[in-house]
Amino acid sequence: MLKDITIGQHYPTGSIIHKLDPRTKIVATFLLIVSLFIVTNFTGYIYVIAFIASAIAVSKIPFKYMIKGLKPLLVIILVTFFINVFMTTGEIILSLGPLNVTKEGLYQAVFMATRLILLIIGTSLLTLTTSPIMLTDGIEHLLNPFKKIGIPAHELAMMMTIALRFIPTLLEETDKIMKAQIARGADFESGNIINRAKSLVPLLVPLFISAFRRADELAMAMEARCYRGGDNRTRMKQLKMEKRDVVSLGIIGLLIGILIYIRVG
Amino acid sequence: MSIKIENLTHIYNPKSPFETKALDNINLEIKDGEFIGLIGHTGSGKSTLTQHLNGLLKATSGKIIINGLDITNPKIKLVEVRKKVGLVFQYPEHQLFEETIYKDIAFGPKNLGLSQEEIEERVKEAMALVNLPYDTLKDRSPFELSGGQRRRAAIAGVLAMKPEVLILDEPTAGLDPRGRDEILDQIKLLHEKFRSTVILVSHSMEDIAKLVDRIIVMHQGQVALTGEPTEIFKHAEKLESIGLGVPEITKLINKLNELGIHLKEDILTVDEAKEEIIKWIRGNENA
Repeated sequence: MLKDITIGQHYPTGSIIHKLDPRTKIVATFLLIVSLFIVTNFTGYIYVIAFIASAIAVSKIPFKYMIKGLKPLLVIILVTFFINVFMTTGEIILSLGPLNVTKEGLYQAVFMATRLILLIIGTSLLTLTTSPIMLTDGIEHLLNPFKKIGIPAHELAMMMTIALRFIPTLLEETDKIMKAQIARGADFESGNIINRAKSLVPLLVPLFISAFRRADELAMAMEARCYRGGDNRTRMKQLKMEKRDVVSLGIIGLLIGILIYIRVG
Repeated sequence: MSIKIENLTHIYNPKSPFETKALDNINLEIKDGEFIGLIGHTGSGKSTLTQHLNGLLKATSGKIIINGLDITNPKIKLVEVRKKVGLVFQYPEHQLFEETIYKDIAFGPKNLGLSQEEIEERVKEAMALVNLPYDTLKDRSPFELSGGQRRRAAIAGVLAMKPEVLILDEPTAGLDPRGRDEILDQIKLLHEKFRSTVILVSHSMEDIAKLVDRIIVMHQGQVALTGEPTEIFKHAEKLESIGLGVPEITKLINKLNELGIHLKEDILTVDEAKEEIIKWIRGNENA
């Protein structure tokens, strides 16, 4: 169950997309999201889909693996789809009791669902091709200019790094405690909602205790190594923009250009 | 309860870049009432194997037959299996969650659907088995106890379910020598008292050599060696090559043997060695 979550998981293949500067990829993803909202008809989607498909092909990440990442969000996609199908007014093509399916609604529903799916795939491409450390490094760099107006860029990035670093640890811990309690006869799967919520106590209490213990230990270990925030800190790996970064940004710029042209023209 | 494992294979994360074969065609037989030491390096598959024995992990292929019942059969009620096979995880004190020791130990028996009186009886018994005074500790919070006491309280939580097979995964990890000896002595007493099947997982030969009837050595997901401790320790070179080694006392006896001082071969403890050496010296003086 916990293993199905692919969002935020790094999938190393060593492709050219993996090697891009994280700043490039963050900016490109941001632009991709913007481009999805520029699009107002299906012609525009063809360009976006072509762009995402070629990006996936270049990244060498199996397409199946990307689809797997959609599964946990299937409910949201379906809810959006059906709300649009039934809630849009227009030419009625089918009546199901009090609910009317309209031509406009169907168009709108397919349109929104496609937008959501592309949004999810596009953003998961960022996390799949970028290791968490690189990602936070990129975010810290991009936030640096905002330090002047009081945004603690380094601290935010450090918090994110630590949070990301502990996701697998806590998942593993959850798995272990769950198994230990199942071995003692705990049942996490059956019963009504109240019983199920109650059955989570033997899981959550030990999990919180261990999270606090880890936080305590980590803070102590950081202090023992004289950590004192971002001032005068240097990095082992300096981020450097290469030719491929410029080219990539050029391509996404071109995509946005085309989409704006379609919308305006 | 007897356990029979046939061609057991387990693969983690199949068909992904993180695919790993944790168990590779394991064949084993464990007799009723046997005290087994399961030993192996980190990542040898010993924890994975133990989690198969009460159905927490599902085999990729192969069979596990407990008392004639194939537990890899999807129709089997795993709750029944877990009643009979008790598993104490590594660092079991991390699973404690209740406000009092009593409630925490009672968690297992309560899940079995026992009556209040029966539960109380079992908690008392389990606490006595692990040497925790019932009257003074039952209403204390588990988090007020020392590390060793917490570990024993957690073990009591599994013992209170009265399993017929008891599996302990590294029960002494992270304890000081005294805490370690206490736990090991209690496990030994437990086995002698109830004659239940006990599987003790460890990576320390010293710990298990003097306790168990039989040792199973695992390496890279396979059974590398199996046999009585003295039998196993004859393969010192093979053990070294998989990073395990033999107990210090066995090393000493082997060294003495090389020097032409022949002592009994089945010496496993320092006390036994001392007596044998004294005997040998006396024998020489008389000669």
